[in-house]
Amino acid sequence: MGIKRGLKVLAVSALSLGLLAGCNSSGGSEGSNGGGGSGKVIKIATQTPLSGGSATLGESIKLGAQLALEENKKKFEDLGYKLQLQPYDDQADPKKGVANAQLIGSDKSILGVVGHLNSGVSIPSSEVYEKYKVPMVSPANTATEVTDRGLKTVNRIVARDDFQGPAGADFAINKLGAKKIFVIQDKTAYGTGLADAFKKAAEEAGAEILGYEGITVGEKDFNGVLTQVLSKKPDLVFFGGLYTEGGQLIRQARDKGIKIPFMGGDGMDSSTLVEIAGDAVENVYYTSVAADASKSTEGKDFSSKYKEKFNKNVESYSAYGYDSMSVLLKGLEAAIEGSDGDLPAREKVAEEIRKIQDFQGVVTKVGFDDIGDNKFAKVYIYKFSEAKYPGVQEGEISK
Amino acid sequence: MLAEILQSLPQVLVDGIALGAIYAVIALGYTMVYGILELINFAHGEIFMTGAFIGVAMLILMTGMGWLAAMPAILALILVLVVTSILTGFMGVGIERMAYRPLRNSPKLITLISAIGVSFLLQDLVRFITEYKRGNYILTGPSMFNEQFSIKFSSISSSFSDAFFKTSTLILIIAVVIMMIGLDFFVNKTKWGMAMRAVAQDRETASLMSINVNKVISLTFFIGSALGGATGVLFAVQYGTIDPYIGFILGLKAFTAAVLGGIGNIRGAMAGGLMLGILEMFAAANLQLLTGGIFGAEYKDVFAFAILIVVLIFKPEGLFGKAVTEKV
Repeated sequence: MGIKRGLKVLAVSALSLGLLAGCNSSGGSEGSNGGGGSGKVIKIATQTPLSGGSATLGESIKLGAQLALEENKKKFEDLGYKLQLQPYDDQADPKKGVANAQLIGSDKSILGVVGHLNSGVSIPSSEVYEKYKVPMVSPANTATEVTDRGLKTVNRIVARDDFQGPAGADFAINKLGAKKIFVIQDKTAYGTGLADAFKKAAEEAGAEILGYEGITVGEKDFNGVLTQVLSKKPDLVFFGGLYTEGGQLIRQARDKGIKIPFMGGDGMDSSTLVEIAGDAVENVYYTSVAADASKSTEGKDFSSKYKEKFNKNVESYSAYGYDSMSVLLKGLEAAIEGSDGDLPAREKVAEEIRKIQDFQGVVTKVGFDDIGDNKFAKVYIYKFSEAKYPGVQEGEISK
Repeated sequence: MLAEILQSLPQVLVDGIALGAIYAVIALGYTMVYGILELINFAHGEIFMTGAFIGVAMLILMTGMGWLAAMPAILALILVLVVTSILTGFMGVGIERMAYRPLRNSPKLITLISAIGVSFLLQDLVRFITEYKRGNYILTGPSMFNEQFSIKFSSISSSFSDAFFKTSTLILIIAVVIMMIGLDFFVNKTKWGMAMRAVAQDRETASLMSINVNKVISLTFFIGSALGGATGVLFAVQYGTIDPYIGFILGLKAFTAAVLGGIGNIRGAMAGGLMLGILEMFAAANLQLLTGGIFGAEYKDVFAFAILIVVLIFKPEGLFGKAVTEKV
């Protein structure tokens, strides 16, 4: 009986949770409809995951963007417009992202989007933005397909995935002196793509690839592959994959007495990696498209402003949220100036954003090429020297 | 080529036996339930996973209260193993009572669907609770039994290299052996074990012989789930990190092991599990050598399952199974 009653309580609470969630989303869309009436309000949307597993990162992008927007409020009031932030939660889910994109498209007062965190969400959502001509500036999407489709509205300020592998190879061979490399990948689009790009660049640079092996996502035992590593004795292992498998792999490798450096892509850039691997994480390198904000004075200023305002520490993409919003607003400003006081058309804003060639942001310089990639984007190499996240920035590689 | 395979063989065997031991104990849970109810209890992999989470939660709690530092690690582990297996055991009984017993007389497929439902429910329940408590559903336990040591195979013959492993691997294998011997003794030598075998053979006749069939079925679920839960704890200690989805792939492979050994046969499940583990590890380490670089380690499952298919073609009842004529 007790168990049955427990189940009932569970069912009821689940239902009421659902109701609450329903209230929230309907509340959000009402708000956006209400604002649509007044002509002098310009809204900039953010679309990032605000709930679920990557909520911390999504929230940090939103807060970074919010900070930039609030700092620019005054300037736009002088121009006769009231700036407003309209955050959307894409739940890291492509379906939700597209649904939100439809809402954004139909709200005429929204003139730009900062987002998304996930390339997988960004790609279908940007199809909708393109349809409604809403310009998007992405703080974090690295997939090549995001800009390779040549959409007029899509821009990003971070480096592309196909640069991460070569940058990693460059660092591994020239800085770490690796000559014999073993490559492991996780058979996903991300992992294989990264590992292939690394392998190609490493071979071109003269390194010998001793093995190229795959593992299965979701498994926990990688001893088989590691036995190969053990017998082939490479001086570096490159892993194309995510932190869950990466952490296990590193841990099991160290248990087998494999002490050589490991290297991975931004999929390893997670505190969970450190949690999983523990002390084994020492001597692990990863590439990231996000710079360590505390390395520059502008970055430090930004961190303290952010901390003061939101009472939270900056995450890796906070400053990128800030810079994305700043770039977007710069384009918007140019568009307003060109439109003689009328609310500028979305196409116009998109055009002006694409025209930006040398904008100095907090963490990165921004200049878009003809498909919306940032010409000044860099890849940064981090190293874990102890079981502490994040790692220390060891170097930066530019194109 | 042969020399290279031989070189890594000790390491492959050690890793393969460790993985195979885990498959074997989970396979026991599948095979026992199948033997008695002819039901494939797909929720068993999730019971294993829940056991892992309960175990790690207890270990974290004990670390927090300083108990782990105060008592010998092995004692703490035994305590956690016992408590976890009792909890998961009762969980198994509860699942049988709620999800399977009401459906016992309906077609087998209905119960199977119910089992899949339970498995999803458990997955997301554990994920929800962990995420709610820790903000992240990937859980890493305190690191225990991390001392590494190696067996000097190279001193036997220079064509072998040394095998490295951790204390936890040793503990895992010993614990699994104890569990298997205990179960084998229980099923073959005790009164309750005899009752279990009787129910497996013919439920109605067994009930006519004054065997309480419901009780025996509950007991079967209790033992199977307790073993599964305990293996979960051992798994968590061995691999360090767990997530709510570990039960799926492991459960699938353990089920395969049970089929390989002959489903319904307890010793078969043990042998099948070990065999699958070693085959998989062997394939992961040597497939590239064997095929001259055409297939890599990622095809290890294909290799292991191809062997399964071959075995089942020639011996459809599994390695240790007896061909049973359909009861009319």
